[in-house]
Amino acid sequence: MEANTRSTGRLPAAFLTPGSSSFMDFLSEHQPELLPGKRQLPPTQGVIEAPHGTTIVAVTFPGGVVLAGDRRATMGNIIAQRDIEKVFPADEYSAVGIAGTAGLAVEMVKLFQLELEHFEKVEGAQLSLEGKANRLSTMIRSNLGMAMQGLAVVPLFAGFDVDRGKGRIFSYDVTGGRSEEQGYAATGSGSIFARGAMKKLFREDLTEDQATTLVVQALYDAADDDSATGGPDVARRIYPIVTVITEDGFRRLTEDEASQIARSVLERRLEQPDGPRAALL
Amino acid sequence: MSTPFYVSPQQAMADRAEYARKGIARGRSLVVLQYVDGIVFVGENPSRALHKFSEIYDRIGFAAAGKYNEYENLRIGGVRYADLRGYTYDRDDVTARGLANVYAQTLGTIFSSAAEKPYEVELVVAEVGETPDGDQIYRLPHDGSIVDEHGSVAVGGNAEQISSYLDQRHQDGMTLAEALSLAVQALSRDTNGTQREIPAERLEVAVLDRTRPQQRKFKRIVGRQLARLLEADGASSATEAEDAEEE
Repeated sequence: MEANTRSTGRLPAAFLTPGSSSFMDFLSEHQPELLPGKRQLPPTQGVIEAPHGTTIVAVTFPGGVVLAGDRRATMGNIIAQRDIEKVFPADEYSAVGIAGTAGLAVEMVKLFQLELEHFEKVEGAQLSLEGKANRLSTMIRSNLGMAMQGLAVVPLFAGFDVDRGKGRIFSYDVTGGRSEEQGYAATGSGSIFARGAMKKLFREDLTEDQATTLVVQALYDAADDDSATGGPDVARRIYPIVTVITEDGFRRLTEDEASQIARSVLERRLEQPDGPRAALL
Repeated sequence: MSTPFYVSPQQAMADRAEYARKGIARGRSLVVLQYVDGIVFVGENPSRALHKFSEIYDRIGFAAAGKYNEYENLRIGGVRYADLRGYTYDRDDVTARGLANVYAQTLGTIFSSAAEKPYEVELVVAEVGETPDGDQIYRLPHDGSIVDEHGSVAVGGNAEQISSYLDQRHQDGMTLAEALSLAVQALSRDTNGTQREIPAERLEVAVLDRTRPQQRKFKRIVGRQLARLLEADGASSATEAEDAEEE
């Protein structure tokens, strides 16, 4: 079928054919070459060099969930970008943070956002949080071919489940395997260190302010031990992206709010480089 | 085999137009008005689920009168067109003008093709701008013509009468409550000029509100918010009436 997005002629039959409410399904029938998963890579030797994003963390608190990410993208031992954005709103009640090949990840997020919006417009109702998480799973699975060549995308998905009235976190592996995380989760190269920090600091009864501070502490610890994760860059005024999703929907902390948290964390670290301590017993 | 009768092209088109118009006239009319912060869609619709108005893209809304399955088909086609275009290029490259052109071509081709029956629909495609001057409203009748409208527009069975009522009373810079109440008045006038009551639960109301912080400006107005808006203007017009009496 002829691609007809440019001309102002009649809508092609595919547009008027009743069918699925999924934009990806529509694309795969009408213009499959636009789907990232359908792309053929030439056979290459070794790993393809492309900028990689690193650490994403998420924490739930009563009433919602916080999703945050550092700002560094690396290519080998080079810092490719200092102010990359890796946390995006997926729709009004969910967000996705992405570690892995930056270019592919951003493209995947764009398609995922569109997929949710398209469904909402066609059906007149939102997908359930579970449904959104499954949709993301499918998209990662379609990227498996590229993941095998080193171009993996590993997202962290967080949202407010309107039906259950609480924040939830889903993590993924490169094959699209999905698992729900309880309390806190992290993905990316610095995630081991971030997870350690969160394990010690997490409690069930965090307030929203405490949760946003917790993720910044965890990102600091990730940057402390992982060279691919960037810490708060006070000189350039580049601070982590922190987003909060509650009953009221998605909100990204303003630069002022994020800098305030980052600066107070930094100040404490000047006295106590290893950060807050948990009780031994 | 019998010889087919000769029908002149004029006659064939007139017959098709009449067929489509009759179909459209069976449904209730709806109106689209500009107000100070955007564009409001108002119609009488007893169904809560089968909408006459819907979101196409960030700043673009859709309204339709006529046969449900036909305009629903066009609506989904429009959503696919807009989403694909925004995905291929950029969100800013999706415009009401572009969409209205595609709808006009589609309706026009169907209307003049002998193999298909004409669609019994009349559409409105509206885009809210940064300022009222940037607002665009296009009316698309069943035959694929396209009309650039300003201020107010009505489509459906009783459209002409409602349009002229609105044209006389609609002003630039109306508040949402004022525009809504004018729309309800217009819709509730019968052909012979008498008013009937349309209860709030039979009204479908949606807005494209340029002051919304979100990228997506389309919003349905339902329940308490709708009741409050209808009341707000009822109250203000009541006080106006009192003022007039005092004078």
